[in-house]
Amino acid sequence: MTTNRRKFLQGTAALGAASLGGFPHIWSKNGMLARAANGQIKVGVLFSLTGTTAIIEESLNKATIMAIEEINAAGGINGMEIVPVVEDPASDPATFAEKARKLVLSDKCVSVFGSYTSASRKAVLPVFEKQNNLYWYPTLYEGRECSKNVIYTGAVPNQQQDDFVPWLLENFGKRWYLIGSNYIYPKEENNYCKKLLAELGGEVVAEEYVPLGHSEFSSVINKLKAEKPDVIFSTVVGDSVVALHRQYHAAGLDPETMPMASLTTSENEVAAMGGAAAAGHFTSAPYFMVWDSPENQKFVEAYRSRWGGDKVTHFVSEPSYFQIYLFKQAVEKLAASDIDPNTIREAVKGEQFQAPQGLVKVEPENLHTWLRPKIGRCKSDGQFEILKQSADWLEPDPYKAYSNQSCTAEGLKEV
Amino acid sequence: MELVVSQLLTGLSIASILMLVALGLAVIYGVTGVINLAHGEFVMLGAYCAWFLQTEFGLGLIASLVPIFIVLALFGWIIEALVIRHLYNRPLDTILATWGIGVMAQQAVRLMAGGELRYVEMPAALSSSVNIFGATESAYRLFILGLALSLFALTWYIYRHTAFGLKLRAITQNRDIASSFGINSGRVYRATFAYGAGIAGLAGALVSPLKSVSPEMGTTYVVDAFMVVVLGGTQSLFGTVASSGILGELSGFLAFHSNDTIAKALVLLAIVILIRFRPQGLFAARVRT
Repeated sequence: MTTNRRKFLQGTAALGAASLGGFPHIWSKNGMLARAANGQIKVGVLFSLTGTTAIIEESLNKATIMAIEEINAAGGINGMEIVPVVEDPASDPATFAEKARKLVLSDKCVSVFGSYTSASRKAVLPVFEKQNNLYWYPTLYEGRECSKNVIYTGAVPNQQQDDFVPWLLENFGKRWYLIGSNYIYPKEENNYCKKLLAELGGEVVAEEYVPLGHSEFSSVINKLKAEKPDVIFSTVVGDSVVALHRQYHAAGLDPETMPMASLTTSENEVAAMGGAAAAGHFTSAPYFMVWDSPENQKFVEAYRSRWGGDKVTHFVSEPSYFQIYLFKQAVEKLAASDIDPNTIREAVKGEQFQAPQGLVKVEPENLHTWLRPKIGRCKSDGQFEILKQSADWLEPDPYKAYSNQSCTAEGLKEV
Repeated sequence: MELVVSQLLTGLSIASILMLVALGLAVIYGVTGVINLAHGEFVMLGAYCAWFLQTEFGLGLIASLVPIFIVLALFGWIIEALVIRHLYNRPLDTILATWGIGVMAQQAVRLMAGGELRYVEMPAALSSSVNIFGATESAYRLFILGLALSLFALTWYIYRHTAFGLKLRAITQNRDIASSFGINSGRVYRATFAYGAGIAGLAGALVSPLKSVSPEMGTTYVVDAFMVVVLGGTQSLFGTVASSGILGELSGFLAFHSNDTIAKALVLLAIVILIRFRPQGLFAARVRT
């Protein structure tokens, strides 16, 4: 009883303080917004812990939780504690939307960190736009989205390809075979790839999509043998990546003359296909586990001591980690009474952070992130050898494949 | 010439995997009439056994085949004794029960082995490729083809030339009369179910070096297996071989000339049309019902 009463009293006191400090807010339309209170900053963590994509999303959840723990252990944000509310959307887009609604409306989180697949992001988007809350999305994705309610910390097509495609053209040749899983992400990546190839004088010998989860690649391999492309540009995802690499290897094809250049093969997939099948193929990403920087060394060590010595970090778990620090820096600039999704969005614009992958920055116009992609060649021990880092910091442009559209702070502009 | 050979080989290697996966289902369904929706999970468990034996005991894939067959056969035996036995002649209930067993197996594996994709090493001796009439084919895929054919031959032999097979055929034709001649049909059913599960386990172990191993992998195989069995005729072993051959070559051919997405759709369409006009499948065994 006493605790209840004490809580009740504290609650009334807080309410009194809030209405004193924030009286005008009640009448402004921001009055309905979720906001931080009682020395606590509530945030949602929305990664699947069960279901088909739990394999990857679990690692994103772990990286997120670890960053929150680190920040809290170091004294929180201006003395306030970050309180994560963890929900399990079970790899199901509808559940994603439902849990997002709960986190925003009933838990009153000021931000939610979540999603791996585009399908789940698309499912929660209306919730965040309607409630004017903020969603932080760590995955590389196909671009072509412009929302003031999402902070995107993964790479978009131009960031993964601008450096990668010319390099491959120069080192391996002009005849490209595009292969992807049959859904939106590979198609958008290939749209951009075809645009680049047209500009740079490359040639697309085939563009092919296999069903999601497809695991029988003997026909594809037969076509590769007949076509003999210089580069196989692969956006096959999930367990199909593993099957494709293993069957390519078993068929005796040679990565020296016909390498696969992938945007989706990370340390995770390599562990499942084995180093022998992965060796010699290329991936472009802003982050690799072997990236040599003091921040990354610290990140990998902390991750392994927190979650187990055999765990790998990869190009989606790293953004899951650093985006919490971007959130921290944004909130740090705000007064304790003024922490809500709107102020956080404004505060995070242009914010920079020395992440494990290097310096990153949130682009004020489209809320995507400036990154420096790297080209890695896989070795037989299952790790990548980094051959090259892009000379420039690459600006995120989610509409680069569509020259008549661009994403601005005011929304999508048709040019 | 080279292209034709390599096209044929591609079809054959797709067919061999289809046949491996479907054989266990065909045996179980053909004899006991049980529609085993957990078949894909038997395949998955076989793959996980291979992974487990390899990581825990350092056992190579070929050496693990016999233990995997035994483990899965034992598992099938237990499932039959605990669940299936009570559900003969209740097809709807068996579908539900076996589906439930499948879900449980998936979740149990996820809890015990974790959800991440697992790696099973290919036998080193078979990881090269072989030249046949100018076309190259993976040695491992040829090995699978050979093994699938030998398993079929073995099953055929048991079915046609052993006392057990005679009882089996008797039961398939008419269970009641066979029982009245002193055949213990319950035991024959259990042995059949165990044998089918064991073969499914072998299929899982054999595909694991070519594909990925995950708790959900069974779901695609069960569809393929049913496709083969339905097309081939549910009570014909020969039908299983012929229909996996046809499906393999057909999807290989279609995928080469269009892509895998279209090939899959066209193959399914062809099967739908075929069973519209020939519901018993291509090869129907003559049985009394």
